[in-house]
Amino acid sequence: MKIAHGLIATALLAAAGLSQAQAPDAAQVRSWAASCANCHGTDGRAQPGMESLAGANKDDMVKKMLDFKAGRKPATIMHQLAKGYSDDQIVAIAGYFAAQKK
Amino acid sequence: MMQRRHFLQTGTALGAVGLMSGCATVGGGSGPKVVVIGGGYAGATAAKYIRMWSEQKIQVTLVEPNPAFISCPISNLVLGGSKTMADITTPYDNLSKRHGVQMVKDRVVSIDAAKRLVKLAGGTELSYDRLIVSPGVDFMWETLPGMNNAAAQQQVMHAWKAGDQTLTLRKQLEAMRDGGVFAMSIPLAPYRCPPGPYERACQVAEYFSKHKPKSKVLILDGNDDVTSKGPLFKKAWAERYKGIIEYRGKHALRDVDVAGKTLKFEFSDDVKADVLNVIPSMRAGDIAVNAGLATANKRWCDVDFLTFESKVAPNVHVLGDSIQIAPAMPKSGHMANQHGKTCAAAVVALLTGKQVNPLPIYNNTCYSFVSSEDVVHVASVHRYDAEKKTMLTVPGSGGVSAAANELEGRYALAWARNIWADTLA
Repeated sequence: MKIAHGLIATALLAAAGLSQAQAPDAAQVRSWAASCANCHGTDGRAQPGMESLAGANKDDMVKKMLDFKAGRKPATIMHQLAKGYSDDQIVAIAGYFAAQKK
Repeated sequence: MMQRRHFLQTGTALGAVGLMSGCATVGGGSGPKVVVIGGGYAGATAAKYIRMWSEQKIQVTLVEPNPAFISCPISNLVLGGSKTMADITTPYDNLSKRHGVQMVKDRVVSIDAAKRLVKLAGGTELSYDRLIVSPGVDFMWETLPGMNNAAAQQQVMHAWKAGDQTLTLRKQLEAMRDGGVFAMSIPLAPYRCPPGPYERACQVAEYFSKHKPKSKVLILDGNDDVTSKGPLFKKAWAERYKGIIEYRGKHALRDVDVAGKTLKFEFSDDVKADVLNVIPSMRAGDIAVNAGLATANKRWCDVDFLTFESKVAPNVHVLGDSIQIAPAMPKSGHMANQHGKTCAAAVVALLTGKQVNPLPIYNNTCYSFVSSEDVVHVASVHRYDAEKKTMLTVPGSGGVSAAANELEGRYALAWARNIWADTLA
């Protein structure tokens, strides 16, 4: 299990372009992503009326979140929530949702 | 407790050995056993996510006396008349069908933390490796002598646990004469759902404006001022419900004359009304208090925010409205669901010899309906602070709506559908 964890972490790291010291582990990213599920559905598969994140394009999600965070993209609530996460955390969480089945 | 701390400090490799041997003695079935007490936003979420994240290797039993989940969020809309009880009720069966949670419809009588046993009213005893206690709140009736009996509690509603009380209060509002007064008493914070009473005032006022326009809503707040979304609620009261809603702060309730339909206050004149709604002071649920878990003022349960493990009972975790909250952490259904997932991840890690996430981050989103369609929100992001060992809001994050709006009304209902599914489906 430790090896498997390491592999996932490495993959994430490569995908996210993070430094070794900042690399979050897979379970941690899964927990962070789970805090989005209240509105966006378990593993990002949303109920009607909210945007599904499961299987969405990672780069698109990262751009959207960074735009919310910088105030470039208007929102009712996401501009306030996006500011609570570091850019690296946003990249990692987007990677988690991109990897989920639609 | 010592074992877990040691584990957190020394990391994965060393800690795993001690913990794996710690859960080797499991009675019946295979895999570690978790018992969850209470199927609300926190407990049901924890049960589901432990099954998911352990890949069904950890056995989970959920003890809940109610036949279905009835949501407190959105229940004020039942009082306003735009939603029904059916709209806010969700069955528990997906937890067992989809996730293999063993549902036990019973009440917990006692917890034996030394023997790791939970005793149920029906006589069953459940053993556990880890116990999750999420009984919500119970009321401090002893602070209101006139309400401290069953007959009084059947006449004056709190409707602060959605269910029969919600329906009865709605019927009392329907039966009230036009020109009558609905008086609601709010306890001193902390209490479940900070903006809930103010949303309720809006919902009742909207109903009055349509059906009983001569009637009044009187808000009698034990707090100095509105505790959540103050400017947004006050704007709604002034603009939408002018002449209907009146707000009075600094009205700490002292007692209730149930027969005389009168509220008595510490420092202000009595208030007589046609329909009373007394939201009493609250504390952790009876189960948690009776088990000795309520260590903060004998009222709320202190927990370790990395794991939600009780500060006084090893292997026992406490979630949701029962806990002593971190700074700026509301007692909300959304937050309880986040507790459930944070605890689920920690319990799975602890029972499988992995590292507990040292940096939990989660958010709170709370929508309030100022009418049947228009909504205001408050949002926050909470992150673990390793030095202070608590959850703190992330500087610069969070905020409230600019103004009440219909778009957020649709988002609020979508939020409800999603959190109900995330918790129960």
